[in-house]
Amino acid sequence: MTTTMKPMFHSDINQGNAESEQGANVSSNTQAVNAIEIKNLNFFYGSFQGLKNINLNILERKVTAFIGPSGCGKSTLLRTLNRMYDLYPGQRAEGEISFYNENILEPGNDVNLLRSRIGMVFQKPTPFPMSIYENIAFGVRLYERLSKAEMDERVEWALNKAALWNESKDKLNQSGLSLSGGQQQRLCIARGVAVKPSVLLLDEPTSALDPISTAKIEELINELKKDYTIAIVTHNMQQAARVSDFTAYMYLGELIEYGKTDQIFIKPAKKETEDYITGRFG
Amino acid sequence: MDAVFQGGALSSQAVGIAKRQRLMDVGFKYLTQFFALSVLFALLGIIASLIFNAAPALSKFGFGFFTTVEWDIINGEFGGLIAIYGTVITSVIALLIAVPLSFGIAVFLTEICPKSLRRPLGTAIEILAAVPSIIYGMFGLFIFAPLFAQYIQPALAGTLGQIPGLGILFSGAFNGIGILCAGLILAMMILPFIASVMRDVFEIVPPVLKESAYGIGCTTWEVVRNVVLPYTKTGVIGGIMLGLGRALGETMAVTFVIGNAHKLTASLFAPGNSIASTLANEFGEAEVGVHYSSLFALGLALFAITFIVLAIAKIMLMRMEKNQGVKT
Amino acid sequence: MSRDASLFSKRKRANAFGLTFSMAAMSIGMLFLFWILAILLYKGFSAISPALFLANTPAPGTEGGGLANPIVGSLMIVSFCTLISTPIGILAGIYLSEYGQNSKIAEVTRFVTDIMLSAPSIVIGLFVYAIIVYQVKHFSGWAGTVALSLIAIPVVVRTTENMLKLVPTTLREAAFALGAPKWKVSLTVVLRAAKSGVITGVLLALARVSGETAPLLFTALNNQFFSTNMNAPMANLPVVIFQFAMSPYDNWVNLAWGGALIITFAVLGLNILARVVLREKVSV
Repeated sequence: MTTTMKPMFHSDINQGNAESEQGANVSSNTQAVNAIEIKNLNFFYGSFQGLKNINLNILERKVTAFIGPSGCGKSTLLRTLNRMYDLYPGQRAEGEISFYNENILEPGNDVNLLRSRIGMVFQKPTPFPMSIYENIAFGVRLYERLSKAEMDERVEWALNKAALWNESKDKLNQSGLSLSGGQQQRLCIARGVAVKPSVLLLDEPTSALDPISTAKIEELINELKKDYTIAIVTHNMQQAARVSDFTAYMYLGELIEYGKTDQIFIKPAKKETEDYITGRFG
Repeated sequence: MDAVFQGGALSSQAVGIAKRQRLMDVGFKYLTQFFALSVLFALLGIIASLIFNAAPALSKFGFGFFTTVEWDIINGEFGGLIAIYGTVITSVIALLIAVPLSFGIAVFLTEICPKSLRRPLGTAIEILAAVPSIIYGMFGLFIFAPLFAQYIQPALAGTLGQIPGLGILFSGAFNGIGILCAGLILAMMILPFIASVMRDVFEIVPPVLKESAYGIGCTTWEVVRNVVLPYTKTGVIGGIMLGLGRALGETMAVTFVIGNAHKLTASLFAPGNSIASTLANEFGEAEVGVHYSSLFALGLALFAITFIVLAIAKIMLMRMEKNQGVKT
Repeated sequence: MSRDASLFSKRKRANAFGLTFSMAAMSIGMLFLFWILAILLYKGFSAISPALFLANTPAPGTEGGGLANPIVGSLMIVSFCTLISTPIGILAGIYLSEYGQNSKIAEVTRFVTDIMLSAPSIVIGLFVYAIIVYQVKHFSGWAGTVALSLIAIPVVVRTTENMLKLVPTTLREAAFALGAPKWKVSLTVVLRAAKSGVITGVLLALARVSGETAPLLFTALNNQFFSTNMNAPMANLPVVIFQFAMSPYDNWVNLAWGGALIITFAVLGLNILARVVLREKVSV
């Protein structure tokens, strides 16, 4: 299942070298697969163009961060990946987004089905007005038929994945709204994880949280990437540096630079990237 | 536990479920749309039914029906002016009294009332608005009308009745029940309603506007007159029109005390009839024929008048909300 | 300087006048409220007895009697009205809120609904008479239910729509993001989030129709005897009160006050309940 990567980014060059150095002990997991390939993506809010000719690959089971100043289009980009913009007439996307070789933007596609495979966690924690158990079961019930025992197991598993099990196991029947802010966000992550999507989109997941909850969630992301492809939008550069494997820097709707996180933060290729990272603007 | 990592896999079960959901989505949209449109259908049905059933009377009497003073059940001669006059005049009286008072109440609730009392007093007004109209009717007939006859009517006749020109309005026996009494009871009924609407409208004024007026030394009254009122002008008018719409259509509060006389008299002390009271009293026994059809013609007139008034009210309130940037 | 002083005192006087007027207006309003409630309690209280609830309406000229059949009749008519108007109203409200943001049909529907909210209820009675009673040649509790539903549905539609619109968009997005279809998002997430507001709307509609007389005058009519047959004329409190209050019989008038007290309590009780529900935000 190897896909040749387009030789446009730093990472490719180094990746290629790394592979050839590691020799026969390379397991299939280190062979880079693109979960999502974005080709010539343009996005419009009415007549205003929010994204200009984006070309980008997101590797599976890696964390890809999107950074940039406000209004650069990073959230817009994220929301094209699960076609969230479909909810709003007047917003449209042109181009191709290939999700494991299916074009997401194809008009005939079932958007609901897509969203069960590409999940999203939002900036503001949004627990449903239901019990903690129901919050998680809601998503699972949409496309899977599980027995009570299986559902219990899945709920426990999801809450464990979100490091929320111990804090909530005694109050699964209480409303999701009875949790603290940080816990609510972890509930939302558990909810997203429970349906076993291939990709998790995180839209500034910690910007509304306190530092301790933020740290917990960053730990989570590190754990989660073993099984999920993660794309995270963050306005906090340090967070991007901490959690991500790849980083994309965007500005005014364009992709300025994309590459391995270390590369971007230590030795960015473009001056604009360097200016942003060193805080000269933004 | 199944493998976690999906890698884009998709179960056929999920695909099947998704297909069904799409059908249900379409069905749900049309179901809800159908019910939403049912209100529209009801309105159209009402208009059609009224026209259809009023047609015989209108074809017999022509549109002059609405300007004829006549209501002879025995000989089958009908005209709508008595009832229309009664409806309009009682509503006008009601507005003349209720609007200033409602305004005063709304100002009190928004500017003068101490914060802690604001909610209970506001609720009290809303409770008054919830009292069923038949209660007002009974109150009017048994309590208010006798008092009205004993104290207020003589007083009015003695003061305003002495003014030449106005005198005719306050002439006649002091029976209590009659047009003026009905107007007063109607005023009591719509007062809390208009007051609530006005209060809601006044509350929309951004505090910062009022504060800047207070800041340059305006008195409370000046702030109300020069800041609140101009800002909420359309809303206030809309609220008044809403109250008028309610008053025009009110049945029970008026039927008890209007006197049910098919006569058109200049005096406000005289008994009369409104469209609603005519219908309430006579429709039950009307035989299908001219009487029946004339009653429907009255109903049509009432519906038309109320519809126009309410439409204007709605447009004014919508315009006010649009200026706030709030979509109705 | 004297000009300024007199100008200021003129303003002060205008202000004092205005404020006094406002306070007087408020007092008058409160006076009305207490007066009406006091009269109601006073006059109606003497009618309160077990017989009021257990005995049927007396024939003209006979002594005693009660309001058992109109109470039961009203309960039945209003209950069926609620059963019909609640789902229709809520689903219509869902359409306006979730599907009707930019639709012309929705604009027109909203406009019409608002007008129907204040339409003369006696005309609605005429309409239902023409399409039901006249067609089947008899009055019925069902016709009364239909007439009341035409009044209740706009109330439920409007409150439901307003309450649903208050639900933040992010909650909807979160549900969609899991792959939920729109009907599920609307019913199980958005409606649930607005639950207390929607219930309030239903209670307010209920309170409104409980006190309506005019629509029942030519639909359910009245019934002197006890009956639970919705397909025949049905006794109901408002029409009985109307008939009895205007009559020459003392016991009838007394019963009318008793009935008035019962209705007012019911209506006010529902109103207060609606407020409590909204404030408490009935939890999950």
